[in-house]
Amino acid sequence: MVHIDYRFRPCFLWGIGCLAYTIGVGIGSWGSNNGADWAWDITNFVWWIGIGHAGTLISAVLLLFRQKWRMGINRSAEAMTIFAVLCAAIFVTLHTGRPWLDYMLFPLPNQFGSLWPNFNSPLLWDVFAVSTYMTVSIVFWYIGLIPDFAMVRDRIVKPWQKKMYLLLSFGWGGSARHWSRFEEVSLVLAGLSTPLVFSVHSIVSMDFATSILPGWHTTIFPPYFVSGAVFSGFAMVLTLMLVVRKIYKLEAYLRIKHIEYMNIVIIVTGSIVGVAYLTELFVAWYSGVEWEQYAFLNRATGPLSWSYWIMMSCNVLSPQLFWIKKIRTSVLATFILSIVVNIGMWFERFVIIVPTLLRTYLPSSWNTYQPSFIDIGIFVGTLGMFGTFFLLFSRFFPVIAQAELKTILKSSGQQQKLDSAKHSHHAATHN
Amino acid sequence: MATKQIIHGIFGDEVPMLEACKKLRAAGIRINDVFTPMPIHGIDAIIGLPRTRMAICAFIYGITGTSLATLMMWYMMVSDWPNDIGGKPTWAYYMAVPAFIPITFEATVFCAAHGMALTYLLRCWLIPGTKAKNPDPRTTDDKFMIYLELKEEQAKKAESILKECGVEEVNFKGTLQIEPKH
Repeated sequence: MVHIDYRFRPCFLWGIGCLAYTIGVGIGSWGSNNGADWAWDITNFVWWIGIGHAGTLISAVLLLFRQKWRMGINRSAEAMTIFAVLCAAIFVTLHTGRPWLDYMLFPLPNQFGSLWPNFNSPLLWDVFAVSTYMTVSIVFWYIGLIPDFAMVRDRIVKPWQKKMYLLLSFGWGGSARHWSRFEEVSLVLAGLSTPLVFSVHSIVSMDFATSILPGWHTTIFPPYFVSGAVFSGFAMVLTLMLVVRKIYKLEAYLRIKHIEYMNIVIIVTGSIVGVAYLTELFVAWYSGVEWEQYAFLNRATGPLSWSYWIMMSCNVLSPQLFWIKKIRTSVLATFILSIVVNIGMWFERFVIIVPTLLRTYLPSSWNTYQPSFIDIGIFVGTLGMFGTFFLLFSRFFPVIAQAELKTILKSSGQQQKLDSAKHSHHAATHN
Repeated sequence: MATKQIIHGIFGDEVPMLEACKKLRAAGIRINDVFTPMPIHGIDAIIGLPRTRMAICAFIYGITGTSLATLMMWYMMVSDWPNDIGGKPTWAYYMAVPAFIPITFEATVFCAAHGMALTYLLRCWLIPGTKAKNPDPRTTDDKFMIYLELKEEQAKKAESILKECGVEEVNFKGTLQIEPKH
């Protein structure tokens, strides 16, 4: 019998309970109120979507840039993308209040005259962006998995497992024709996913930026959100990768070099995020608009200022430690800092959403905010779901893109011998 | 009725296999297929495969997506029920076009990606439930195979070329009946 890791099950089950309660009772069971009508739901949605972005970035953008070091990590990063987007989807489907009517978000012919969704609204853009992103990520991931499933199918012994992997491998054989199509499809999908990943988080940021709320109505949001997404996504990839590396003893494939490169991406994106925070503050001051100035003053000194300072220290200060080579090549330090970054990025979304909504134009509608037990439960539940899915994935699916990795490993066999033979011959004739 | 022999030439590495492919082609022998555990760059030209047209498919699916999205938003927002939301009227398509760009883009990507993926799966006949297409199971792991269907005299020549290039195994896998051409 295969052993399945159940340690995330309690979180998962708690989440399912809270989810069912929300559907039964309504979102009045959440801490959201008049004022903070978006709170944990959208914070979690943006956080999860952001985490997902690293997977696409690693598999698509680094493919286009021919960064071969991505091959060790792309498969698990892509899996992480899909699970993160699934978690994000839970929050958007629930936050509408009546999730059984969510089909109305899509432009379907309906019985209410011809009532169509509003294509001017970034919330509708989000529906299209997130569903495109999720399905395209799944397709990209699965097409890459097919040759690896075929390898497992051809090596595995137990008949029922062989049958399962035969089904999963779609009968892949690895003929030259199929490989040439495979490569073209991967390249085009990477080319399509790259603008897609930028568009998704830009559109998520427009959910805020196209509103007229001070603190949200800024043009810096799209690039700032995208770099924040990559920042938190890389941190999450590191958190998971270091665990998988340890459990499955993949030290030979996921090397310190990978960790270091990813930490460098974290320094870069973390610094971009830091600059964006400072730019926001500067522009608020320089604009001379008192509403804008107040919005930022409120974030930094208002009732929820502790969340602002958690965000600042986790996102701006902590990644700067990676300038020190000893820290960015240390597994333990990376693991701790990757979690710190993810906490910081969760608080970034919280700071953008909640304190802003609690202090809008009318002081009479100012409010306070406290998450409810159900809010926390659903969030913890998605963490459990994410962990469970990731462990199931690493149990049954090839966690390293092996067919791709072979393109480096196999050619370093004979080709290497030929090259070194040529080289030594060359050296011999010169001496 | 002519008969052809099925030959599996198994190699342990891509370099001698590519060498053998070149020599076989130079000797006028048609290579039916090559099975490898990973994609090999430049093999298409060596064994004489035409360039795949997957990217062209993607382009066609993409512009289909663009057109469908444009048509949909024009119909819903301009033709069927024009509206003035937040001072941004949709009396004509051009008036609201900036707001339509994100979804036009997403629909383009959606159709291009899924259309191409489906075409790829169908064109390679990668369907759940189909049999494994590789004749030798080791070729998904670490072996490289040249698959040949040859007449008696060519088969001998091919075998000697394969051996000359350092083949690990040459397996004769029976014969194939070929209908004579009319």
